[in-house]
Amino acid sequence: MRIQRKGPQGIFEADLTPMIDMTFQLIAFFMVLINFSQSEQNQLIQLPLSELAKPPRTPLDFPITLHLTKSGSVFAGGMEMSIDGIRPYLTQEYRARLDSGMAGEDIPVIIRAHKDAETGQVQKLISRCQDIGLQNFKLRAKEEVVGNT
Amino acid sequence: MRIRHVGSRSGDKIELQMTPMIDIVFQLLIFFLLTFRIVSMEGDFNIKMPRAAPREGLPDPNLVPPMLVRLQADAKGDIIGIRLNDTPYGTYDALRNRIIELVGSDTGPGSVQETAEVEFDCDYHLRYEETIKAITAVSGYVGDDGKPVKLVEKIKFKQATAPEGGSGS
Repeated sequence: MRIQRKGPQGIFEADLTPMIDMTFQLIAFFMVLINFSQSEQNQLIQLPLSELAKPPRTPLDFPITLHLTKSGSVFAGGMEMSIDGIRPYLTQEYRARLDSGMAGEDIPVIIRAHKDAETGQVQKLISRCQDIGLQNFKLRAKEEVVGNT
Repeated sequence: MRIRHVGSRSGDKIELQMTPMIDIVFQLLIFFLLTFRIVSMEGDFNIKMPRAAPREGLPDPNLVPPMLVRLQADAKGDIIGIRLNDTPYGTYDALRNRIIELVGSDTGPGSVQETAEVEFDCDYHLRYEETIKAITAVSGYVGDDGKPVKLVEKIKFKQATAPEGGSGS
């Protein structure tokens, strides 16, 4: 940072322009890269890997996101519940989307299950969703870079 | 930003008060630095499973080659058996090669690839990771050019069974 001696009183003035330029560039860099779509992630969930798991081209319309942990509990809407106790939450979300004009069969249900969860529990969760009329399921996986297997 | 007139009236030197702006800028920078995380991209496997039309057994043989994938697991949830229509396959790659033989490279409207459907019958304790590997094997593969090649897009699960049975069917 360049420091110049200015004036007859001997006041030091710092030239802040390069530092501010650099700082704004850094902020712009981080602003462009920040990804709010990943904010729905749950730290307890480690998704399975798949080389075919490519991000959707268009964002899903009002999806219901269900996080299934390794122990079999479900996180949804900021609450933790059991698979058997998820019906009230699903019914509420389902009705809210129907009221907004969505067709029941089009409501996407994103299932983010832990890689070590039991497949039977995933099926059980799907079955609970089917009970209230949901049928459009998205099994989420993390993109695997081919060659790193 | 406050602008202050300093100095003699004749000079009209304007001095910008930079301190508040720099404070905010650094706070923004720290916020973005702390929230920045490099994450892998995520994708979905689509499964259309209406409750109204549960299917028992194999898909309609008049429409597509019936394909039922059976995944067996041990008590720990590790895979011990992969079967396609009762024929055992040692690896997911072998399963994928068989699927490629069955559906071929025929694409477009009304093609076998478009109408083909795979139903999964998995043991309750099977680790979900293994199920996703099997779904990946029947869904497609990444070609030499790095682009995904699709095989079967219609995927279903057989009705879940109780864990006490230890077997999916």
